[in-house]
Amino acid sequence: MTKVRFWIADHFVMIAAILVLLYLFLPVAYTFVFSFNNYKKSNISWNPEGSPTLAHWQNPCGPPGLCDSLVMSLQVGALSTIIATVFGSMIAFALVRHKFRGRAGANLLVFLPMSTPEIVMGASLLTIFVQGYYRVGLKLGFWTIVIAHIVFCISFVVTNVKARLQSLDPRLEEAAQDLFADPRSTFWRVTFPLVLPGISAAALLAFSLSFDDFIITNFVSGDASTFPKFVYVSYLRGIPAEANVVGFSMFVIAVGLTVAGQLISNGRKAA
Amino acid sequence: MTALAQAQIANTTAVEGDHRVKGRRITPYLLLIPGLLWLVMFFVVPMVQLAIVSIESKFPGYPGYYYLDWNVFNYANALSEFWPQLLRSFLFAGLATIMAFLIGYPLAYAMAFKAGRWRNVMMICVVAPFFTSFILRTIAWRQILADEGPIASTLNALHLLPGGHITETWVAVVAGLTYNFLPFMTLPIYSSLERVDPKVIEAGGDLYANGLTTFRRVTLPMSMPGVLAGTLMTFIPAAGDYVNADLLGSDIDTKMVGNVIESQFFRVPGGFPTAAALSFTLMAIILLMLFAYTRRFGTEELL
Repeated sequence: MTKVRFWIADHFVMIAAILVLLYLFLPVAYTFVFSFNNYKKSNISWNPEGSPTLAHWQNPCGPPGLCDSLVMSLQVGALSTIIATVFGSMIAFALVRHKFRGRAGANLLVFLPMSTPEIVMGASLLTIFVQGYYRVGLKLGFWTIVIAHIVFCISFVVTNVKARLQSLDPRLEEAAQDLFADPRSTFWRVTFPLVLPGISAAALLAFSLSFDDFIITNFVSGDASTFPKFVYVSYLRGIPAEANVVGFSMFVIAVGLTVAGQLISNGRKAA
Repeated sequence: MTALAQAQIANTTAVEGDHRVKGRRITPYLLLIPGLLWLVMFFVVPMVQLAIVSIESKFPGYPGYYYLDWNVFNYANALSEFWPQLLRSFLFAGLATIMAFLIGYPLAYAMAFKAGRWRNVMMICVVAPFFTSFILRTIAWRQILADEGPIASTLNALHLLPGGHITETWVAVVAGLTYNFLPFMTLPIYSSLERVDPKVIEAGGDLYANGLTTFRRVTLPMSMPGVLAGTLMTFIPAAGDYVNADLLGSDIDTKMVGNVIESQFFRVPGGFPTAAALSFTLMAIILLMLFAYTRRFGTEELL
């Protein structure tokens, strides 16, 4: 009896999880379907006449500004991911592997940005950019977006890399030192490769957060536009279906790349 | 079993504690400087500036100019005018956090214990919708929940929907918040469940032979650090959000404090002090809640 119950309980959890994943994907599916809509004014309701159409897929860069905003999102994402991952990983190493004065303060400084609502962070950055930092030539635009994204990505990187470092088996590094590896080569040949999966997961998360950020970007971007801001701004006059094409394609590319990466690393492990 | 769980947590922290490398004294500071300097320049300094603006007054006749006169009445004025929006933010965020916990926990549990080699793929699935853009997905929810959409039309046909609408109501706003911040609930719970040794759960099963009791007395307590982190990561952004209220709610009775801050900053001339005062009130309430949380559970577990 208990076995039967456990079987049901086991599968119940998995079924529930799959339903939750479907729920997560439901709006993505809507975005996909409405990329084929032959709409007149706004792409909100389905127009049975002439739909589905491939017109929007044939020229996704048609609406002015759309592809420029996508390119800017990718550039902002890449730059802020690289800088935040380097800075954040360094902080994580210091916090986990070193004892030093001011550790509690450093922890707090990392923790606070994560516990600040985006709107407060955006408001404070806008205030300092227009009231102070413009004096050194920093105008609202690409660079202020990058600066802001690095701030909120650093904390996420630190948390992720820290967790990975804390779960490492210290005996592996001890073994390396027993074999007369100096600290430098122990770090680069043992510790770093072991932490690398944590660092790359953190980088992936940082990129997705940067790519999808709207609230902070909206505050600090001035006239510059990222992809989410483009979509939000065009909402009132109607979002072009080409934005659905781009949004859905980015989703497919992200899933495709990460699944491919997973398969490659699985293959390496098996070999 | 709780004692066992605590013993295991205590044990792992002890091992971690013993293995800090006592390297050269200067190394940790060199590692910290770039990142922390960045946070000081672009987080601490802006917050100080915002605090100053919150007690400034506008220059009569010069829109966009303010002077510091320690005008703490900004707070009183902002609160007396906008307390309903502030209260609503915490209410909506609280509801969305509870919903996200109920939906996200089974997903995190399945990823940690049932997914096997699929766990990384499932983790990607949780993050992947970010790439479609949160604005596009929220608009898709507007279409799904609209009067002519599948849910509202079915409920209306069955006469089960009082008022006849889902969009433009608080239900749609809370549903949108729940959906948008679900990954922030799921991932921390997953990462703390991932560290739980399945043998401990089996032992619980052996001793109690009841799945539910094992879950309540063993698994749930051991995943508490993740649950705490997840509730904060969901509640805080949800309390400050204005996009869901903007796209899914109505203009009258579902506006949140984020909507007020945004419009005071961008659309109300001379609104900076009010917006700053509201931002700080929001921040202060969140910090007080955080303080109570960390007093109860400890900071290290949250990070």
